[in-house]
This record gives sequence, C-alpha cells and structure tokens, in this order.
Amino acid sequence: MKLHEYQAKEVLARFGVPVPRGRVARTPDEAEAIAKELGGRVVVKAQAHTGARGKAGGVKLAADPAEAKAHAANIIGMTLVTHQTGPQGLPVSSVLVEEAIDIEREIYLSVAIDNSPGMPVIIASAQGGMDIEEVAANTPDAIHKTWIDPACGFQPFQGRQLAFAVGLDGEHLNPASTLIGNLAKSFLDSDGSIVEINPLVVTKDGRLLAADAKFSIDESAEFRQQALAEQRDRSQEAEKELEAHDAGIQNYIKLDGNIGCLVNGAGLAMATLDAIKFAGGDAANFLDIGTANNPEAVVSALKIIGSDPDVKAVLINIFGGLARTDIIAEGAVQAINQGLVKQPVVVRLAGTNVEIGKQVLDDAGLDLGRADGFAEAARMAVEAAQNAKNAQNTQ
Amino acid sequence: MGVLMDSNSRVVVQGFGGAGQREAKTSLAYGTQVVCGVTPGRGGQVIEGVPVLNTVREAVEQHGANVSLIFVPAPFAADAILEAADAEIPTAICITEGIPVLDMMRVKRALSTKVTRLIGPNCPGVINPAEQARAGIMPVDVYLPGNVGVISRSGTLVYEAVDQLTRLGIGQSGSVGVGGDPIIGTSQREALELFEADPDTAAVVLIGEIGGTAEQEAAEYVKQMSKPVVAFIGGATAPPGRRMGHAGAIIAGPAGTAAAKQQALREAGAEVVENPGEIGTTMQRVLKERGLA
Repeated sequence: MKLHEYQAKEVLARFGVPVPRGRVARTPDEAEAIAKELGGRVVVKAQAHTGARGKAGGVKLAADPAEAKAHAANIIGMTLVTHQTGPQGLPVSSVLVEEAIDIEREIYLSVAIDNSPGMPVIIASAQGGMDIEEVAANTPDAIHKTWIDPACGFQPFQGRQLAFAVGLDGEHLNPASTLIGNLAKSFLDSDGSIVEINPLVVTKDGRLLAADAKFSIDESAEFRQQALAEQRDRSQEAEKELEAHDAGIQNYIKLDGNIGCLVNGAGLAMATLDAIKFAGGDAANFLDIGTANNPEAVVSALKIIGSDPDVKAVLINIFGGLARTDIIAEGAVQAINQGLVKQPVVVRLAGTNVEIGKQVLDDAGLDLGRADGFAEAARMAVEAAQNAKNAQNTQ
Repeated sequence: MGVLMDSNSRVVVQGFGGAGQREAKTSLAYGTQVVCGVTPGRGGQVIEGVPVLNTVREAVEQHGANVSLIFVPAPFAADAILEAADAEIPTAICITEGIPVLDMMRVKRALSTKVTRLIGPNCPGVINPAEQARAGIMPVDVYLPGNVGVISRSGTLVYEAVDQLTRLGIGQSGSVGVGGDPIIGTSQREALELFEADPDTAAVVLIGEIGGTAEQEAAEYVKQMSKPVVAFIGGATAPPGRRMGHAGAIIAGPAGTAAAKQQALREAGAEVVENPGEIGTTMQRVLKERGLA
C-alpha cells in the first residue's frame, strides 16, 4: 500500500528524519494560508501516487501566497498523466505546500527488502535526484549498500559508512548518519516494503532535508499498522481493482486484452496470461481467486470480469489444491445463470474434487467450452474471443 | 529416498483447524503418518482420529514428529515456525500465505542458528509419491511415482507441471513448492541441490517467476548439476511494474525479467520452455535424448 508524499513525510518526521516545513492543502485558500505561514516562497506539489510529477505540470514554484493559491487552483482537480500512471492518469485532490529550498547537493537514499539474504538493505548514492535504476545500470560503483542484520539491528557505523561513501563528511557526518539510522527505524517500525528519499538535499544553508519521499507499506502487515492503513487513498487505485478488493479478491489487475481470466494461484494465473499470449490472444485481467472456498467469491469475481466492456470471452482455469474445483464450478454456474457473464466461457478444471466439479457443470446444462489441458483451454478462449469480435464487426 | 519426505516421515500439523484437519485426512488416506496436531489450549482432544497436543515439543517427545506442517494464521505464523525450530524439528513446511515480510526476515535470521529447514511460506508443501509421504495441500490424484523432481515458487504450477508429466506417463520422485513470498526458507537453488543428491531423481523441472534474482542463483547451480533441468519462468507476458499476487513477482530492474532469467538458465545448460503448456512434452523429449526415459 502506497502513501502520498505528505503522508510519507509525516512518518519520516515522526522518526526524526528532517523534512521541509509544510503541510497538505485541499483547497486553494488553504494553500494560500500555508504559504503565508511559511513566509512566502513555496513549492506547490500535486499529491498522486506517481513519480515524474514535475514534468507533468504537477509541481510549481510560487514567489508569494497569491501565486501559491493560483498554482493550487490549477493543480487540485487535475488528472496527472506520467509514464508511470498510464494514459488514464491519476486524479489530484490535494497539494503539499512546502518552503522552497536552495539546493547545494542531491543524494539518493532508500531502504527495501533484499530477498536473497532476507534482510533490509539501505541504498545510498551521491547521484540523487535522478532515476536510480539508470544510475545503477550505468554506474554501479555509484550505488552503496549496507544490510541491516535482523538480530542486532541497524548499527551507527553503517550510517557513517554510507555518509562517507556519498561525501557527507565534516559537519554533515553526524546528522547524516543519525538521519540514516532514523530512516531505517521508520522502515522497520512501519512494516515498510520500500521507503525512498530522492533527493535528500543538502541546502545552501547546510541543512539535510528529505525533499521528496515515497513510502510503501507491506499489505500483509496492515493488521498491525492500522493507523497507516487508514491513510489509504482509494482515488489512486483503479476502479475495477477496488471493486475486487472490496469483494475480498486481493489479486485482480486490469490489463489491456479481451480475454477475462479467473484462475487460482498467482503462478498459474501468470502462466495463464503467458498461455493466452502463445495462443495468439491477450488477457483482459489477472485474477487469482486464491483458496476462497465459497461460491460467492467466484460469483463476485465473475461479476467483475463479466461487466468489463473489454472482455469478449472468459477463461476459467482452476487447478484445485486447497481450492476445491466443485465450489468454483458451483460459483461459475450461479454467475452465468444470474446473467453476470454474457460472454462465451471456457472452463478447465483439474485437481481437488475435479469429478464432482465436472458433474456440476454437466448438470447445469450450460453452453460452455470445456477443456482438460491448459494450452487447449487457452486456445479455445482465444478462438471464442476472436469469434465474438468478428461477430461484432459484421454487425 | 526422495527429498525431505519419505516413509519414515512423521508429520505434526501446527494449526489444526479446518484446512489443517482436511489436509491431514487426505495425507492419512494417501498413506502418510500424520501423528498429531498442535493447537495451543486444545491439548487432549482427538480429531479425526488424530491426537491434539498443546506444543510442538510434546509432538516430538510423545509422537516422534519429524516434519511440521504449518497452517497457523499469518499474524501468528512466525511464532509457530520458531516453535517448530525450538523443538528441533528437522523439516518445517509452512503453507500460510500473507505473513508480514519483516516477520519472515527475523525468522530466517533465527533459523540460521537452528537445525530446522524451512520450506515456504506461502507454498503447497512437499510430496514423495513412491513412499506416499505428503505434507502439503497438493491434490494426490495427479501424482505418479517416477524419477522427475519438480520445484516451483507457485503451488498451482506444481500441480500443472505434475499433471502434464503424469498424462505422458512420466512419474515424479517428488515435488517441492518453495513458496511465492519474497523471503523463503529454502531457495530454488537449495531445492535443486536436494534433487541432485537424490538417487531416485533423474531429472528436474524448475518453475520460476518474474521478479527477484532467485532463478539466476539457481542457474549458477544448474551449471554444476549432472541431471538435466527443464525450466519455465511464469509471467513472461506480464506488464512491467505490476505486482502479480506473489510478492516476489514484481519486476525490479532488468534481472527480474523473464528474459533475463530464461537467458541465465539457458546459458547454464537448462532446457527453457516458453509455453507453459509444453513443460511435460519438453521433459519427455529431454528424458529420451539423455537415455533416461
């Protein structure tokens, strides 16, 4: 779960990571008032879950409160389109109004989980303010890392090591190593999956400030991070994905193709996208129904898929383990009988209770495409989608 | 032989609720020794003919349990794994999905000082069809005893690969689901080492996914293996930057892409399958070519 920049900075400030003075505003008047408080010259920043906001017109410098108000009026209500959002963009309903800072240097700093050693890694680079993946690819020596041992935690020497590595020595050494330690603590105590400060700025008057920040929380830990979970901004998430989330389906992602997919297991769901591609088609979504052993969850899932105007055919691909194929079959029959899926449906069932599952489908007397194999099912679904599209074109 | 599970395996089910009981029943019917369940506070009950105990230590002392199968809910699963490790259970298999990553980080660090090997979490478990030993949630009907080992991050893709093999008459020496989470107890590489050392295994199917670098680490070991490996990487056609359910499956940088993993495995000498429908037929051809069929 992603936080907005202003929320991320609130978390960082709470852990003692210095951030620029500023506050979030939801109206132009609020923006003006905050700018007055801050003494005039401010930056007005669109709050949306994407990077590259500046290029898209979402970040503006204002010389005085009146200008801050004018910028806020333009930015609040805009749809921000960047290379990360896709063409539909993200709505902006608030701006962060912050003191304008005079930048001497920009540093990159982040904490993430390194899967292989199973430890958080702190990453720092003197080349802040840039696309860090590009820096890593072009100049790997400019990336410095240190791992936090879960047994003894972050140690001050690690902060000093990184501070020296990115040239924060002299008067900056102690504040920098303290800042790095506080950043690590914010990550660990908040169940972060990533926290990134890019850039960490050295100001002309010698301060260190987190000028921009991203914070993502591990969704599996939301049960113990309720204060952060409540900050979720639903307007930043795709409508269909929210609908799925509300129906208890955690793993739904809208895609560009025309074959709706209902699959159990993330791996099989990904491989189903691959199989559809191999059969010459494209999936309209990724959906992992998981082990939801009740027909209602299947009905909800098929309702989401069936109501997607892009979907021309539906592929149900289930290999039951903990999930029972008979329950999935029951849900599918209910959804079709309720008219929630009008598109042609191809079903492939295998695994737990498959004989009962197939019987449920037989007894329903519906016109379904049936397949035993995985590749065969994908082929049939692609064909059905193609036929539906052709029929539509000739109309 | 086989890996991790055999006819001497004595399974304790930690978290003996609905799913745990159902899977215990399936394993018992399959022929596995499921010796007891553990649910703290429920000790003394007998459910489905299986005695329930309060602690894993009792399971080891009273029933000689040597494999723990964990269904404990995510918020408490890390504690359950550490309890199994404290009781010095040699193999702990955690099915639970959705354990906080930082919990697993602490568990992994703690296990580095223990004898317990962890499989998973967020995995389908381990099975050895020849010895009817099952600790997991996989459907048993699709398995056929034989000489191919199957390793996968994803549960359902294990079943899929096994099903394709069985339909072609190719049996399995076992399957190990290593789990779909970012931090797991046993890596794909370590699972390959187990099958390489197993005299009953002639070849291995390795099913990876986009995201992370675990497949590249596995590929390093494939170079040293005497047994052929057929590999598939799921998510080749997934759009970049989107998380596909498995937390591990997010493309982070060029190493995380299917293309990079396929290339590393190919260079290491593995046979890489691009169409997931062709895992079985590719293994059939490889076995024939190597005179192992």
